[in-house]
Amino acid sequence: MISILLTRQGWSPDLTGAARAALVYFHSVDNLQPARAGSAPDPLLAALRAGDESAFESLVRTHGGRMLAVARRLLRDEDDARDAVQEAFAAAFRTIASFEGTSLIATWLHRIVVNACLMKLRSRKRRPEEPIDDLLPKFKEDGHQAEPSVAWAETAETLLQRREVCSLVRSCVDRLPETYRTVLVLRDLDELSTAEVAKLLDLSENAVKVRLHRARQALRALLDPQLRRTA
Amino acid sequence: MSAGVPKAICEEVLTFLWAYLGGELPPEKMAEFDRHLQGCDSCTAYLETYRETIELTQGAFPEGEEEVAEMPEDLVKAVLDLRREDR
Repeated sequence: MISILLTRQGWSPDLTGAARAALVYFHSVDNLQPARAGSAPDPLLAALRAGDESAFESLVRTHGGRMLAVARRLLRDEDDARDAVQEAFAAAFRTIASFEGTSLIATWLHRIVVNACLMKLRSRKRRPEEPIDDLLPKFKEDGHQAEPSVAWAETAETLLQRREVCSLVRSCVDRLPETYRTVLVLRDLDELSTAEVAKLLDLSENAVKVRLHRARQALRALLDPQLRRTA
Repeated sequence: MSAGVPKAICEEVLTFLWAYLGGELPPEKMAEFDRHLQGCDSCTAYLETYRETIELTQGAFPEGEEEVAEMPEDLVKAVLDLRREDR
């Protein structure tokens, strides 16, 4: 289904502040990266603007897979991920004429699909989230750690050589409550800046930093018992 | 173990680790955290595993063949059909 919210003609009065922030962000994604000095005009972009059908197909085939991977990571639901990709392409097609080409097409599409995913996350029926407190460090009354932390038996570099560890990490990321997982994915995986994530989620930059920190702490707590045992 | 480690107690260090790692604390607080970390094995281990957590997250979702999913043919068709309908 194509979201009518993703048009350039303004927004529905039903939009929340966060959704409006996402729309404002969506319209500003073209200005995220400076043009590379001396770079040649992108022939694909020229063909897209000219309405060349084969250029649209090429765009979908070239960038669709990566966009689908981003959507799957954020939404964890295949149908929603496919919907988000369709909505993202629909939005891109509608706005290609006004895309100034100051950022790479891949970057532009990435931001659009992230935006489509966030809209979808917001439209999902709100479920009470599991509290994250149990996964945060515990302290004694005097402020010292209740349980001493110990180093893991192997370095991350060594651990990443093992398929089962990569799979464990992915499953632990999936177990994080949605608000924390979203920030972790956008910052640590998609490598958006704190300012970009703050804009997308309608949060202050400090709130993004604290949420990311808690997400990392929670993930660390989920991994810790497994990785201590890998000696 | 952290018992006996003065100032900048573990709770403060671990709560504001993000600001410490981002170099966002005032210089005197940065120095206090540095001193705490030098004397507290538990917080040092926490910091190390926290950094490894970030590295593991980034490494477990590689930009390789597994990550770059293939665009299913039916989805390609659906997207292009939508474009034709929208025109």
